[in-house]
Amino acid sequence: MPKLYTFLKYFCVILWSCFVIAPFLWAISTSFKDFNSVTGGATYIPWLQFEPTLDGWSVLFKPGSQGGINIVGPYFNSIFVTFTASFISIALGTLAAYALSRYTFKAGFVQNNDITFFFISQRIMPPVVLSIPFFIFLSTIGLLDSLAGLILVYIVLLMPIAVWIMVDFFNRVPKEIDETALIDGCNPFQAFFKVVLPNSIPGMIVAGLFCIIFGWIDFFFAFILTFTNVQLLPVKIVALNSSITPWWSLSAAALVSVAPLIIVAFVVERFLSKGNLSGALK
Amino acid sequence: MNFKHKFVFLLPGLIVLIGILIFPIIFTVRLSLSGWNSYNPGLDFVGIKNYIRLFTDDPRFWESFFRLSFLAITTVFLQYIIGFFLAHVVWKDIKFKRFFRVLFLIPMMTTPVIMTVIWRTFFHESLGPLNDFLSIFGVQPQWLSSPGLAKISIIVVEVWQWTSFMFLLLLAGLLSLPKEPFLAASIDGASPFKKFMYVTFPLMAPISIGAIIIRLIEASKIMDTVFVLTSGGPGTATETSSFYIFIKGLREFQMGYAATMSFTYLIIMIISLTIIAKVLTKVLMKE
Repeated sequence: MPKLYTFLKYFCVILWSCFVIAPFLWAISTSFKDFNSVTGGATYIPWLQFEPTLDGWSVLFKPGSQGGINIVGPYFNSIFVTFTASFISIALGTLAAYALSRYTFKAGFVQNNDITFFFISQRIMPPVVLSIPFFIFLSTIGLLDSLAGLILVYIVLLMPIAVWIMVDFFNRVPKEIDETALIDGCNPFQAFFKVVLPNSIPGMIVAGLFCIIFGWIDFFFAFILTFTNVQLLPVKIVALNSSITPWWSLSAAALVSVAPLIIVAFVVERFLSKGNLSGALK
Repeated sequence: MNFKHKFVFLLPGLIVLIGILIFPIIFTVRLSLSGWNSYNPGLDFVGIKNYIRLFTDDPRFWESFFRLSFLAITTVFLQYIIGFFLAHVVWKDIKFKRFFRVLFLIPMMTTPVIMTVIWRTFFHESLGPLNDFLSIFGVQPQWLSSPGLAKISIIVVEVWQWTSFMFLLLLAGLLSLPKEPFLAASIDGASPFKKFMYVTFPLMAPISIGAIIIRLIEASKIMDTVFVLTSGGPGTATETSSFYIFIKGLREFQMGYAATMSFTYLIIMIISLTIIAKVLTKVLMKE
């Protein structure tokens, strides 16, 4: 009986692994094909079933005038927007989370938990609900189709995540740390920046990782709020999809754009194994 | 401690968030009372005309809402079962534990729209690998152009994408559980199954609730997948609320009516998620 259980366990794990890997393998294989090998039906193994070419990949590095797809610009836009918005969200979110974890707020029936909930509840907002007013809001202040406008919107998306993770984190940092610092004559700001903050780096890294993930994978706002000046990576790649669909360059571009975040998976796993994530994600 | 300090910590974040959001929210409410469309752009006042239209004359909105509920609940349910199973398996010793953990985390790190583009080629009826494989059995299902299968395709992609998030939350939860109850159960000679039913699962109840609620919130926003995979089609077979609002508002430019739907939808979401949270807490915390 235990043997059967072990067998089933491994069987399921391997089955799921295949499911997880399948689209990646398919994309890698497709990225080396050309027109004939794509339209000739599904093939998988290069050299055996089709003659691999580098067309799909070389298109990514050609300028637009030579029929290339320029993804370098969108790539840097995506990185810039994601990192700036994450940074601002973490900075503001950490401060707010510290206040919510250490002090008591009371204004009528509104208490700490309600304020925390207010922050987190912004995630409930469906993007489409916000997209129309944001569209008009940004065009009024002249930030439509600009990096600054997108960053503004992404802060709304990411700050709830930062607050959510950091409140939880600070709740587990013993209060004695700041109390000792205060007794030693620091004022609350010194206590926070000199003592609490250095001890909160793991929590901030986790919060940062999540902000980066959720910033990087957003498509909808970038799709609605930018057109030609500024293009983010997901929008660029989905735009490829609507044309005659050159699957090979589409796959290559897709692989390039999902690659950097796969590194994040390794980092998150390290945090999990060291036990730093468990409290931060309750 | 000085009274003012706490506000210096809290207010920057709060003000920025409210500052960015206050206009969109008030504007949505105001817009929902106007007849703004492409012929007649402007904030005129038409009272609750839009709301009357929504509640009496727009079955498509309610259909899309029920479709969304079906898709969200099905995918989150599947994600929870699979995610819990996977987390439970790689929680304790298994060969290549860390390898599997990384592998199971990868899908949530990838951009949904981009992976959906890949999935679309995967599901392609004549050139995709799925039907190539199924042709061994002599069937060629129309994955994206028959109403039933299109829903299944979306569920498959959503489960692929987001089970890893559920897995992450549940694994983090499992790793934070105290050791003593498990030791006690082992000493009492509990079988693995009983250990799971009477120790692990009850201990995980609060974390499960949190994870399910978070996923339901995110799943209710499902849009990217639908947009790329089926564009709501065939017909309206996979159209969700978000997508319908998107079509009305940003394709047909019936801004006023779209705002009405957005606002109604938001209220429904908040109420139903609160109810779901309450019910889940009751059910899972019973033991």
